[in-house]
Amino acid sequence: MSLSWVFSNAGSLNVEALTPKTVTMNDILQGLISAFHLIVTLDPDLIEISLRSLYVTTSAVAIAAVIGLPFGCWLAVRRFRFRRLTIAVLNALMGLPPVVVGLIVYLLLSRSGPFGVFGLLFTPTAMIIAQVVILTPLIASIAHQAIRDLWAEYHDLLISLNTTRGQRIRTLLWDGRRALLTAALAGFGRGIGEVGAIMIVGGNIDHVTRVLTTAIALETGKGEFALALGLGFVLILLAIAVNLVIHSLSKTEVSGRW
Amino acid sequence: MVGSILPLSLHQVEVRKRGKRLLGPVSVAFPSDGFTMVMGPNGAGKSTLLKTIHGLERTAAGQIEWNAPQQVVRARQAFVFQSPVIMRRTTRENVAYPMIVRGMQKRAASELAQSWLERVGLADAAERRARVLSGGERQKMALARALITDPELLFLDEPCANLDGSATREIEHLLQTAHTSGIRVIMATHDIGQARRLATDVVFLHKGQVQEHTPAPEFFENPQSGPAKAYLNGDIVE
Repeated sequence: MSLSWVFSNAGSLNVEALTPKTVTMNDILQGLISAFHLIVTLDPDLIEISLRSLYVTTSAVAIAAVIGLPFGCWLAVRRFRFRRLTIAVLNALMGLPPVVVGLIVYLLLSRSGPFGVFGLLFTPTAMIIAQVVILTPLIASIAHQAIRDLWAEYHDLLISLNTTRGQRIRTLLWDGRRALLTAALAGFGRGIGEVGAIMIVGGNIDHVTRVLTTAIALETGKGEFALALGLGFVLILLAIAVNLVIHSLSKTEVSGRW
Repeated sequence: MVGSILPLSLHQVEVRKRGKRLLGPVSVAFPSDGFTMVMGPNGAGKSTLLKTIHGLERTAAGQIEWNAPQQVVRARQAFVFQSPVIMRRTTRENVAYPMIVRGMQKRAASELAQSWLERVGLADAAERRARVLSGGERQKMALARALITDPELLFLDEPCANLDGSATREIEHLLQTAHTSGIRVIMATHDIGQARRLATDVVFLHKGQVQEHTPAPEFFENPQSGPAKAYLNGDIVE
């Protein structure tokens, strides 16, 4: 079973998909075998869509972290009039429905929309934009909670030492880096598994905007459960691998620290 | 000393929180030299007084008069808290931090921090995470972090409250050395013995009011106010 063959037929209507197929243990076993097969043969299509998944989500996490981490920190340190309201809105935005985000980004980027001239719709860039919108509130909110606790701890010392607001934020970001890494990883976890928004703005175009989640949705719709499961296992493995790599690089979760 | 921030005087200073008066009105003057002990029962306003002078509490009324502009004043004092703030860094990085904030190069700040750690007897712990230090070591680290900026005025809020005898003795020795080297010290304490050992003068607080401000020998021999007498007698002052 070649993945490229399956994908080349993606456009045509599949009659089988219209009549619900029953899933058996055999399908799950087939899925495992299929996943194993895809990985050991280094299937070029699998590699391509996995790398695109990684590219879209890591880019989105990086941009969302650059915006969200300092913003969450600033929110913890700064007292202003609508602070409570801002935090409440931010927490509510954590649960932003991806499909709605996808729809709004679609409207903004479509030919007749305000950013239509850039021709970004149905490109990986559009998918990154949509994911940045979804991930920034999540990362900012988790960062805010972590930094708020650290700030309560450091408050007296940093005020006593006459630090500037910029110095306080830098100190808190640095000393809270472990919690902030967790925030970024939570963002990655949400982004890599997200399908609603990137399906709408990306369009799931083969070799252009197809990623793991949209491919799984497509294969499931076609009734190709084995392949869908195979892709699903690859997705889970990818998420675990990225977490492990980041933890080992940053030497967190090692006993005897903090 | 050129451009001293002292003497310092408080005029009718009041601190309120949620409508409750925690301190004052307080009028008290601190001359340029001395080791002032702020004494009194729990809730008398000792910590509040120290924090107010240091600038950590907002005053509701009154004035604090320094002998220098505000900018200079803030930079020339340091505060050691009852339970020291431990940054998630190594001991040496904790001590170097105030100098980094002041714009010193990392390497120079680190060397200076090392020399201060040697002075307080913590050189061995330099590379260790500050979190694993014992109570006494933490307080010595906090003292080094306060002294590294070469302050003219040092505040200490019950620095020995949770320490045993030997740690207290070490801290007291360091404080005496600091005072002899010309640092003005204002310290809050519960410990009458410690006050006797260190103080040159005593401010006795009760219910947010200064009951008396007298030279130490006089205070311990012949306290003027009723609450201070009772307190020194070992009675429970409420």
